[in-house]
Amino acid sequence: MSIFIQQIINGLSIGSIYALMAVGYSLVYSILNFSNFAHGGVIMLGAYFGLYAVTLVGGLPFLGALAVAALLAGLVAVALEKIAYRPLRKRNAPSLYFIISAMGASIFLENLVIVTIGPTFRTYPQMFSAAPIALGNVTISRIDVLMFAIAAISLAVLMFIIEKTKVGLAIRACSFNTKASNLMGVNVNRVIFIIFLLGGMLAGVAGMLFGMRYTVYPQIGVITNKSFIAAVFGGLGSLPGAVVGSLLLGIIETFGAGYIASTYRDLIAFSLLIIILVIRPSGLMGRVTEDKA
Amino acid sequence: MFNWFYIEGILILVGVNLMVVLGLSLLTGFTGLFSFGHAGFMAIGAYVSAVCTLYYHIPFVPAMVLGAAASMVMALIIGYFTLGLKGDYFCIATLGFGESVRLIFDNLDFFGGARGISSIPMITTFELTLVICILAVAALTLLMHSRHGRNMIAIREEELASQAIGIHVFRYKMISFAISAAYAAVGGALYAHYLGYLQPLMFQLTKSTEMTIMVIFGGLGSIGGSVIGAVLLTFLPELLRSFANWRLVFYGAAVVLIMISRPQGLMGGMELTDLWRKFRAGGRKRRGTDVLPDEKKEGGDAA
Repeated sequence: MSIFIQQIINGLSIGSIYALMAVGYSLVYSILNFSNFAHGGVIMLGAYFGLYAVTLVGGLPFLGALAVAALLAGLVAVALEKIAYRPLRKRNAPSLYFIISAMGASIFLENLVIVTIGPTFRTYPQMFSAAPIALGNVTISRIDVLMFAIAAISLAVLMFIIEKTKVGLAIRACSFNTKASNLMGVNVNRVIFIIFLLGGMLAGVAGMLFGMRYTVYPQIGVITNKSFIAAVFGGLGSLPGAVVGSLLLGIIETFGAGYIASTYRDLIAFSLLIIILVIRPSGLMGRVTEDKA
Repeated sequence: MFNWFYIEGILILVGVNLMVVLGLSLLTGFTGLFSFGHAGFMAIGAYVSAVCTLYYHIPFVPAMVLGAAASMVMALIIGYFTLGLKGDYFCIATLGFGESVRLIFDNLDFFGGARGISSIPMITTFELTLVICILAVAALTLLMHSRHGRNMIAIREEELASQAIGIHVFRYKMISFAISAAYAAVGGALYAHYLGYLQPLMFQLTKSTEMTIMVIFGGLGSIGGSVIGAVLLTFLPELLRSFANWRLVFYGAAVVLIMISRPQGLMGGMELTDLWRKFRAGGRKRRGTDVLPDEKKEGGDAA
């Protein structure tokens, strides 16, 4: 029984990081209707920004470093939108061109880091006591608690912005119908700027947390593919869906790894992706897209 | 550095990439379906043919055919479930498929697991690759000029309308997907018997992306474009080898640049023969004669 609870805790901890990443995919999808595969690159950069904020700027407290990582990653995401997507948007290009452009951008970012910083694995300096918290038979590492808490706070802030503010209203309006919102006076370009900023900032937070929990290396973006699966699982374009999908994926993965075999971890995630697409392509909470005649 | 052995190696790689790119060209350029899982079909072709030649001592060509057949069957199964999906979801499903195939090979001891298979007979020669590629280009050209090829193009242009005029959309998507998978598998078989060893890591998502980029670089809906794309983008990294890791940085930037400046690729919608006709028509125009009526139509199609 204690193993069972332990697995759920591990699953929730990795799932909360997936959630931070997955909402970035979902935000972009909800308005631009394409899968932003460059998001993994932004997450990877976030991990590096955080690392440098901690090591170079001596003694920068954890939250300060987190803010730096979030801000810089947000700016990268915005720049990416300006350079790689805006020209396509102006031309009304099909979404697949966006995907290719995103993949090009992710190749660019990954290799830029390999060339300039190097392909080696780096670790964050120890910032918190490694001693785990023991609750009966179950042990929880402090960093897992921290990850979960920060993820929950960030997501709560995001939900607040989307549900309660005027900007959020504009975002929701655009995700229903971009053209009509534009006609109603919503500045679509600014909304898109904001979703990339928000998504990028969350990516920075996620990258830094992920880097602290595991290691930092240029191919982190590959792992973020799984957060994309989580976004599909929950229903692309739906934020609550992305969060629920991520937590479920985290739990399913850790259970699969724990009870079947740890080498099947990724296989379980990708098979889940196909199964979901076959049974219910719109995911748990996504909207059903219909072909317009 | 520039001895024949080295050049021959690159040319064989061009042939390998060309096979996969031709397959993708049929699927993406002519049927309008994107796939990010063709590395998976390549892997199936490579592994199945390698096992056939290495363990069962089957000659190369039948082994290759077996690999292609296995890949086709897989494509039909996957396609049956996912080709009904709308929009990006099919492409996401192929992404999941490609990664799953790699991870399955990674976990099966029969196929060597993560270490892969080594000492595969190195049968692939330049001549063999050339013959296979010429046959493949000819077959694809014939297909695209047949009724079936035109049906596929109709689906790319307007799925609902082609359904309305009685084209069995789902069936043609399946055919296109299966043939495309077989092409990728042949490429994989050539690859396996050129390198002499196989590892699941060779068939990562980046491989699929690389292939799709070649198709788009050459131009969607153009067989000639696909050939040019495969040749140029296979040679380019070799020429940039002295820049070491920077080449992939340039490569990524170039992809973004192509997408935002010339998304139809080098030859979008045109064939080499069209270019030749245009060139001649242009010459005639300069001499003061009118453009042939069908040239105008071609121009309209390409736009």
